[in-house]
Amino acid sequence: MNNPYIVLPVIFQLFTAVLLMFFWFRVNAQRLITIICSLISVGIAIWLFNEVYNRGILTMQAGEWQAPFGITFVADIFSATMVLLTAISGMAVAVFSTGSIRNARLKFGFFPILNFLLMGLQGAFLTGDIFNLYVWFEIIIIASFVLITIGGEKAQIEGAMKYVTMNLLASAIFLTAIAILYGMAGSLNMADLSGQVAQIENRGLVNVVAILFLVGFGIKSAVFPLYFWLPASYHTPPPAISAIFGGLLTKVGVYALIRIFTLIFIPDEFLSNLLIIMAALTILSGGLGAILQVNMRKIFSYLIVCHIGFMIAGLGIYTELAILGAIFYLIHDIIVKTNLFLISGLIFKLKGTLNIEKLGGIYKKYPKYSLLIAIPLFSLVGIPPLSGFWSKLFLIEGGYLEGQYTLVGFILLGSFLTLWVIAKLWSEVFWKESVDLPKKINVKYFYELKPFKQWAMIIPIVILTVISLYIGLAAEHIIVLSKQISSELMNPSAYIEAVLGTKTDMP
Amino acid sequence: MKTIIFKTASTYLLPLLVLFSIFILLRGHYLPGGGFVGGLIASIAFVIHSFANGIDQTKSIIKFHPGFLMPIGLAIALLSGAAPLLIGESFMTGLWFEEPVSVIGMVGSALFFDTGVYLVVIGVTLTIIFTISETL
Repeated sequence: MNNPYIVLPVIFQLFTAVLLMFFWFRVNAQRLITIICSLISVGIAIWLFNEVYNRGILTMQAGEWQAPFGITFVADIFSATMVLLTAISGMAVAVFSTGSIRNARLKFGFFPILNFLLMGLQGAFLTGDIFNLYVWFEIIIIASFVLITIGGEKAQIEGAMKYVTMNLLASAIFLTAIAILYGMAGSLNMADLSGQVAQIENRGLVNVVAILFLVGFGIKSAVFPLYFWLPASYHTPPPAISAIFGGLLTKVGVYALIRIFTLIFIPDEFLSNLLIIMAALTILSGGLGAILQVNMRKIFSYLIVCHIGFMIAGLGIYTELAILGAIFYLIHDIIVKTNLFLISGLIFKLKGTLNIEKLGGIYKKYPKYSLLIAIPLFSLVGIPPLSGFWSKLFLIEGGYLEGQYTLVGFILLGSFLTLWVIAKLWSEVFWKESVDLPKKINVKYFYELKPFKQWAMIIPIVILTVISLYIGLAAEHIIVLSKQISSELMNPSAYIEAVLGTKTDMP
Repeated sequence: MKTIIFKTASTYLLPLLVLFSIFILLRGHYLPGGGFVGGLIASIAFVIHSFANGIDQTKSIIKFHPGFLMPIGLAIALLSGAAPLLIGESFMTGLWFEEPVSVIGMVGSALFFDTGVYLVVIGVTLTIIFTISETL
């Protein structure tokens, strides 16, 4: 069904960014506008989700140029869910950064750039055109380059170098893949490509292009063996920025992988095996890496890599049940990972360091905060009935039914490694007797902040924790949603029909 | 480059190049040109002026910080793109006035979008160049 307003989440982010640019040097006005506009954007995302959930897939042809020639925006339930999650974590990060980011950084345009980044994410989730997807990826990485270097500390620049190099390489590979695909199929519309690619006789070349897409998105979503840039760069920028990076930037790569490999390239045996091997090694390398680290944000960075493996595993098994698990994991992971990086920011403000060997005694001094922090940590591990448990259950069941026992073993091993890391973190940071740390001059501690800023840091963590509790305790709703998404993904004929407006028979 | 020939020429080149850039902006819909190229030409006009007379002279002509053109241009482009949404058409659909305007020709939302691009390009280029030449 045609609905010109599905592009509103994108336009509204751009509007916010432009509005903020008018108040370039007035940081307090920027703080107020950011909080109000991020709440409105959550409202728009809820409206879009509701509309798509009740009325089915909505499309929009930009400039009234009909598909497959114009740029199509498609909001199916998968896209609408991702838009909603982006808006929620974007809101959390925006509110958190009104409290945690210092004025010097805000004067270099932190908030406008954050909104450009969110605009890129919303666009990437809504577009139905593969070249347009590339353009949104470019907007995301350009905005993220600015965010990762803003402030210009030495460590930040070092992390940014690795980040920029790998992401530019990924973009170049992605663009090459699009060029070859366009040369073969003569179309860029994803729904149209779905039918065109299936008819191409040169299957070898199709597989090569599929691998190019896999490598391009693989670098962006940090899968084995292309993950090493992530732990090297995510711990350098301020915590609010690593929260939006850790929560959403790798997930947009996973989203693109799931979209491309269910709609355009249906994995054959070779591709499935490749995805499964990559998933297993990603889980292993991420988990083992996390054990060795002592910096809290580096631990979380390695855990991102580890858990990306779970989602790729779901895609590799390629049954409706496994995809359901992957989607559920994606929903859970965006909220929890954003929250964990925000928490690392809070702990840094409390103690002035993130080295877990030096930290300690937080439980004794701040019992309420510790209880709050415990919930996302244990959801990440997957202690029933919290949110991580259900998704792993479906992944393991999906793998078991397909006879992928080794992969199931790796998923269990990954959960076990996560449990180990989180248990170590908990005992080191919260239970261990505290040592008096020397007071750092250039750190503004939590108790020195104004009450408004203290609340601005606590409230987003509370909101995200409540959402993860909801995902865990009301798992029934999320399972129904994920089931609908995975059945739509596995039978894309409704998507193709909505975009092209014709009935097609899919094999 | 404080030669008298260049200095005198730059005073005449500035208005000429700005006029030329507007001409390029207006013919851009069907012919080569448009907001991006027009914006570059307009900023070249100011760059040449700053080479000949020094950066402070150029700044005193412009009066405000060129970076301020960026949000204005973006706002114009965004509004012209979003205008069709108000009458229930898709984002970026071209809306046209019925009658042509003299000199300019047919006026539509595409022209406003291009004007926005024109302003953004001037803003970005001048901000970059002024910042670089300040730190030199």
